[in-house]
Amino acid sequence: MVKKYNTPEEAKQDQQYLDTLKELIFQLADDDLLISHRGSEWLGLAPHIEEDVAYSSITQNTMGHAAMLYELLEELGVGKADDLAHLRKPEEYRNARLVERVNGTGDYKENPDYDFGYAIIRNYAYELFKKIRLEALQQSSFVPLADTARKIKREQYYHLYHWEVWIDQLAHSTDEAQKRLNNAIQKTWEDVASLFDLGPKGDQIVEYGLLESGEMLKKKFMDQFKAKMENSGLIWPGEPQPLSETGREGRHSEEFVDALNHLSEVYKMDPQASW
Amino acid sequence: MSKILSSLEEKVRDKVQEVKDPEITSVSLIEMGMLDDIEVNGSKATVKLIPTYLGCPALDMMEKDVVKAVSEIDGIDEVDVIFVKDPIWTSDRITPEGREKLKEFGIAPPPLHAHEQGAWEIECPYCGSTRTVLDNMFGPTACRSIFYCNKCKNPFEAIKPV
Ligand SMILES: [Zn+2]
Repeated sequence: MVKKYNTPEEAKQDQQYLDTLKELIFQLADDDLLISHRGSEWLGLAPHIEEDVAYSSITQNTMGHAAMLYELLEELGVGKADDLAHLRKPEEYRNARLVERVNGTGDYKENPDYDFGYAIIRNYAYELFKKIRLEALQQSSFVPLADTARKIKREQYYHLYHWEVWIDQLAHSTDEAQKRLNNAIQKTWEDVASLFDLGPKGDQIVEYGLLESGEMLKKKFMDQFKAKMENSGLIWPGEPQPLSETGREGRHSEEFVDALNHLSEVYKMDPQASW
Repeated sequence: MSKILSSLEEKVRDKVQEVKDPEITSVSLIEMGMLDDIEVNGSKATVKLIPTYLGCPALDMMEKDVVKAVSEIDGIDEVDVIFVKDPIWTSDRITPEGREKLKEFGIAPPPLHAHEQGAWEIECPYCGSTRTVLDNMFGPTACRSIFYCNKCKNPFEAIKPV
């Protein structure tokens, strides 16, 4: 039996546990922050108005999940939630590479030429992984995190479902749709391994009973992703490439630094402003 | 909330009952099943609320509205609103009165069972028919979906079961 920590105060009594816990929550929060930033860049550009409404609802919910996780960090004495989201240096962010990738070529304000096929597959992959991670977090030794995971999971169910519907409908439509989904799977696969990486404190995260191992998460993910591809007649891309460098250690792409600048532009103008 | 309230706590509850969901103005926070607990210590009131959807922008407004309403009570000088993590809000927390008022507002209340089994049976808030189909899982706010009634041919919104 691993020891449970029922409150932030209890966690703060144990410095090693606290450091490990913070590392994990930054991964969770930063993943949600970056994927929802990429989602926000689709606003007004989705294939039709219903999709625009649906995708922006998902994005808004996911931003809410990130906010709740930053608030957990605030309760642990790490800093103010809004500051944590906006004012860290790029190398202090812990998100996976997959969620920081650009949506396609061009810029949101200037000639965006985004790939909705990639949006479908990347989001499906992330939401499937997030569901599996949330299920594991419901048993986390940090009880406030387990409670938060239960809460997030009930909303997140609809997010995963949404991207599944797109796959189900498009995979059996035209050759063009099949081809674009298969290309998107290949592109997603370049970064998919970044999701299962628990970072430099990965072993402690597992030992402290905060989350199950990256291998376990990966196995569950691969089984479910593969089944979906087979049912949809899409091409299973096989074992993904191992990582060369990892966002869990704060190493990010240039695209990430641009995203972060956009994301925090308004906040940095006046961090004291009340919204 | 089942504990016995002091008379001042009852006054606080009555004030919270007056605070409506800013997005569905016929339904109060209590009818939405959002009230977890009320405590009064001296002149300080603490109101514990259960947040509905995490990204819901209405939560901030609700907090301000509760502070404002409860501050009007004689004998209360300080109001603290806390959004609790446990219990979590589920759509079956909406009270029977809340469900009726949602219908009056043209919004179908969530089905009482069915989460994660796919098909939910939703009654049209206008004609009561269950010959309805899901049009869009995501409506104008995070917590609502859009349906279409095949009987009376009206589109309508429904609270998503969570
Ligand atoms: Zn009808």
